[in-house]
Amino acid sequence: MTSSGPGWYRHPLVQLTLVRYREFFREPEAVFWVFIFPILLTAGLGIAFRRTAPERTPIAVVGSTPGTGELLQALRQDSSLKVQALDDSAATDSVRTGRVALVVRSLGPGMVQYEYDSERPESRTTRLAVDEAVQRAGGQRQAVRVSERKISERGSRYVDFVVPGLLGMNLMGSGIWGLGFAIVDARRKRLLKRLVATPMSRVQYLTSFVLSRLTLLIIEVVLLLGFAVVAFNVPIRGSLLLLVMVCVLSSLAFTALGLLIASRAKTVEGVSGLMNLVMLPMWIFSGVFFSASRFPDAIQPLIQVLPLTAVVDALRATMLQGVGPGRLLPELAIISGWLAVSFLLSLKLFRWR
Amino acid sequence: MPPPSSPLFVRNLRKVYGDVLAVDGLDLEVLPGECFGLLGPNGAGKTTTIEICEGLTPPDAGEVVVLGRRWGRDDAQLRELLGISLQETQFSEKLTVGETIQLFRSFYRKGPHPDRVIEMVQLQEKAGARVGQLSGGQKQRLALACALVGDPQLLFLDEPTTGLDPQSRRQLWDLIEQFRSGGRSILLTTHYMEEAEHLCDRVAIVDHGRVIALGTPRELVASLRAEHVLEFAVSDTDQVDERTLAALEGVCSATRRDGSYRLQVEELHRTVPALVAELRRQGAQLSELRTHSASLEDVFVTLTGRHLRDE
Repeated sequence: MTSSGPGWYRHPLVQLTLVRYREFFREPEAVFWVFIFPILLTAGLGIAFRRTAPERTPIAVVGSTPGTGELLQALRQDSSLKVQALDDSAATDSVRTGRVALVVRSLGPGMVQYEYDSERPESRTTRLAVDEAVQRAGGQRQAVRVSERKISERGSRYVDFVVPGLLGMNLMGSGIWGLGFAIVDARRKRLLKRLVATPMSRVQYLTSFVLSRLTLLIIEVVLLLGFAVVAFNVPIRGSLLLLVMVCVLSSLAFTALGLLIASRAKTVEGVSGLMNLVMLPMWIFSGVFFSASRFPDAIQPLIQVLPLTAVVDALRATMLQGVGPGRLLPELAIISGWLAVSFLLSLKLFRWR
Repeated sequence: MPPPSSPLFVRNLRKVYGDVLAVDGLDLEVLPGECFGLLGPNGAGKTTTIEICEGLTPPDAGEVVVLGRRWGRDDAQLRELLGISLQETQFSEKLTVGETIQLFRSFYRKGPHPDRVIEMVQLQEKAGARVGQLSGGQKQRLALACALVGDPQLLFLDEPTTGLDPQSRRQLWDLIEQFRSGGRSILLTTHYMEEAEHLCDRVAIVDHGRVIALGTPRELVASLRAEHVLEFAVSDTDQVDERTLAALEGVCSATRRDGSYRLQVEELHRTVPALVAELRRQGAQLSELRTHSASLEDVFVTLTGRHLRDE
């Protein structure tokens, strides 16, 4: 049996927000996509693009002429190459199937031939390394003295780049999906119409979505960032308070966008199409997985005003560069703009039946 | 001005959807403590009418006074005072019965404890069950519970038993009668004449957006001036003269539709022998003969030439 519970528990806003939690946590798929999937994605990308000692590139050496022995010896001194001696047909076979990047044929003293696929970047790079080793063994001297300084810093790895992107993408997905599906489903079942036939405040109904979104956001952000910090040592250089503010503002903006998308649609299929239409360009252009600057200059102004671009840029600047709020003003302005426009438009367009 | 005591007063209501005239100058008045039924076929304008009274659909013209108040001016007050059950509302399947009732209870300032409402609709055993696991009848009782949580003065029920099995329907009728016995008023729509006869003090028969007959079920049936309906078909000749049928002893009216004949009859025991003799005289062979007591269905058929449920 139910009981009425204390006064605050009987408040409609509390009851409506509880409904949001109940519907969310009683849907295992939703819990998986919002909480677990981003972590799996982070783990997968972090492992796939982890930095390891460069692998040695396999090459083959062919030849029975004098000087082949010296050639072999010279190439084996290069630590970036894994040299094997093969006969002619085996070597051709290996380079064609990609088992070796390049075949070096000794044609006699002081004469070699490189056989490789010039379309393969790895083969072209290997050709440079092999040629340097061959020429040095042949007695060539360096004309310019070169010294090297190598950097490997936390924050410049791919996982550091991609975690803020995934966080932004997740804020977008849970805001838009969480709101869109729930509202359209309620409209389709005529539950919205039934609710407005009670004294329920419409503002409280919409507020319950925002409240539940903000509390679920805490779990979402803490889980994803916690995992990234513990498993991959991803840095958070800026202030935590600023990071939280960016997340909250972004989540509100995407929730408002979700409300706008759901304001008229009557079927779940209809709203799914709309949501994909809105989100797909941002998945591609907003720099989640690779930098948005790779796209042509002509479309950069469009890319820069997309909400997800601003969110991902702001998250990266806070986490990786540790900038203060002043430097984030353009991004925060874009996000706030989307929040205000989407919210006001949806108030105009929203249908309760 | 309407009498202040009447819970619902509707005058000359009109509503047009595109080129469909859904409600065409409809009048009705629900008296205090009365269960009033709108009976009519699908598409007659019953749902549009009740949703206008519920303040969910704005009318194109006409006057609607609910509990002495008007939509557009006293909405907040009215929402507190009305109990509403819409056609085909699906409540969230992931919530339990108790949670759903608690949610709806939270919207009203006054009303019984949620547990009490669960008792009223006899869902105690299902209080902890998810809505998705309820049967059709249990879902309709939940809908009724959500209409009762605010202790309403006036209850609107739009087809409360459509699609239910006879047993669930009877159970729901009992609950609706219980509410009415508390002295409050009900407006319900239905296309089941048994439901209107069983539950309603007065019935308005609605067709094409108008009230075509109004009265107690007994008065409406009595307006046929015949207690029985006799239907028959003949096999030998295709024509039996209707005028000779109407002239038979105890026949009030005779009509022919789709090859079968329908007589409204005052005294069956006199008419049947007379009919058999007349058919023999005309050389017609009786192939089918049925009789039943006159009902609201017959009132509808007499007024419109159609059946309530054309299936």
